[in-house]
Amino acid sequence: MTSTLDPTDAAARAAAPLAAVETAEAPRVIPPRRRTTRSRIARVVLYVVLAGCAVVFTYPFVWLVSASFKPRSDVFDNLLIPKNFTFENYLTIWQEAPIGVWLVNSAIVTILAAVTVTASSAMVAWGFAYFRFRGRGALFALVIGTMMLPGAVTMIPTFLIWNGLGATGTLTPLWAQNLFGSAFYIFLLRQFFLGLPRELFEAARIDGANNWRIFTRVALPLCRPALAVTLLFELQASWTDLMRPLIYLRDSDTFTVPRGLKSLLDQFGFGGEYHWEIIVTASVITTVPMIILFFIGQKQFVDGIATTGTKG
Amino acid sequence: MSTVVSAAQLSARRRLSNRRETVAALLFISPWILGFLIFTVWPVIYSGYLSFTDYDVINDPNFVGLENYVTMFEDPRIALSLTNTLIYTILSVPAHIIVALVLAMLLLRAARASGFFRTVFFLPKMTPAVAVGVLFLLLFNGQDGLINKVLRAIGLPAPYWTTDPFWVKPGLVLISLWAMGSSIVILLAALKNVPVELYESARIDGANLWQQTTRITVPMISSTIFFLVIINTIAGFQMFTEAYTAFFGSGNTTYSNDAALFFVIYLFQQGFEFLNMGYASAMAWLLFLVITIFTVVQFVVSRRLVYYEGDQR
Repeated sequence: MTSTLDPTDAAARAAAPLAAVETAEAPRVIPPRRRTTRSRIARVVLYVVLAGCAVVFTYPFVWLVSASFKPRSDVFDNLLIPKNFTFENYLTIWQEAPIGVWLVNSAIVTILAAVTVTASSAMVAWGFAYFRFRGRGALFALVIGTMMLPGAVTMIPTFLIWNGLGATGTLTPLWAQNLFGSAFYIFLLRQFFLGLPRELFEAARIDGANNWRIFTRVALPLCRPALAVTLLFELQASWTDLMRPLIYLRDSDTFTVPRGLKSLLDQFGFGGEYHWEIIVTASVITTVPMIILFFIGQKQFVDGIATTGTKG
Repeated sequence: MSTVVSAAQLSARRRLSNRRETVAALLFISPWILGFLIFTVWPVIYSGYLSFTDYDVINDPNFVGLENYVTMFEDPRIALSLTNTLIYTILSVPAHIIVALVLAMLLLRAARASGFFRTVFFLPKMTPAVAVGVLFLLLFNGQDGLINKVLRAIGLPAPYWTTDPFWVKPGLVLISLWAMGSSIVILLAALKNVPVELYESARIDGANLWQQTTRITVPMISSTIFFLVIINTIAGFQMFTEAYTAFFGSGNTTYSNDAALFFVIYLFQQGFEFLNMGYASAMAWLLFLVITIFTVVQFVVSRRLVYYEGDQR
């Protein structure tokens, strides 16, 4: 009976918890009242308000990008189109700071962090989702419980661990903890695994697959949407992190982009020089990869976040 | 040759397969168990120990008993940073949820365009917090900042957001509202689950928009609102990056920044700038205590206020 199960169909059903948010859209809209003049005015007002909000939400980006193409004296002129358009800032920043090195460092940390946390969290989540054993509930409650512990409590001893291993000043402490999974992603992925039909795995078992094979060949491929969400969330979290680079990195050559931006702000912003055009340009360079990431994985971001909220 | 398996054999076999399943499960979970022991259990224990010592990384920890905890009561910057953090959290959590709810309700009514606007509202969430801190300094600059130019243009008072101690925290709340896309998305998903029939019957009964919102929408999504209150409160208490970027760091010689000294910033300074790791550990436990108290109170209050469909809990 299990052989009749089409794996693509199973994948589609498994994806349901994530997809539900999207597909439910059309019929869920509140039906409009009778088309009176009043309701038509209300619609116009609604769109005007939304458009106004959209301007407020996008303007800071536009302002930032625009300012990065302005000479120093024009940064605060608040004009949408630069009066004196210049690429100068991007050239200057390349000379003033090892921004290429920072980008490479950030890329290394971000990719390692995201790949390791996705792999390890998926493994752990599968352990909780598929197997039945005594104490499973309690152990899983412990996983969830760790999310309540503020990072500040473990911050100092964790620093001492890496310091003891001689890893401070290197990029390792910024990602290596991700080898051990992360509670939030374990929760997210377990939720997804639980939505997969069990018969599929029993069928694979009858066909002689061992536990590892069932996990890597059957469960993981079906879990792709949730793995993508995990990967994207961690890419963002890791790229934007400032606190860990502040704790662990000392030399400019080891900085990540956000840490580098902070050092430029300290040097050019507060240091009495007020070269805001450099800081604006560095901010654009820090932000643009995240905007690109968002447009690649827009659906995953939005659906992933909607799912965490409704499961909470 | 009987094919009937005795009950004893069967249960022995089941026990064996149970044990196998447990071993397999623990193997899959082992990365987390290992990480939990190294990066949670040990740090929690060691942090507790350090909080009773004087430790500067270079010399061995020196046991000082309750001294760190006593010092915290006398340290004016503890009171200051705790007050700052409380004010920020109390301002930001309601502001956050009200604005996000209004925007989500607008999105719900936007029909086909809602996907586009949702994207636009979510986008700022992608901005690295450091860049948000920079944007705060630039857009909220008292003299030349865009915000104040707009405020002056429409004849409103234009406070010095980045330098006036009274306005620093409201300013940080405002900039944090810009990056609240995830709350909007979560609330929108919750709103879509409210049965449309409820609104229809309310409309027939003559309920206006305000009544529909307060009597149907808010109660029906109260569990989601509660979830957001909890996570935003915890996040508020741990406010660090935006304020640290804008007001602290090696280069800052110009701004008076007491108004932006949040608890985690002060903890970070004590631990990693002044190398008072024992004191910083004690501070971390104080923070944990405060967050726990707030969360417990919120859970107790929520029992009266939050509606769970089918009363699952």
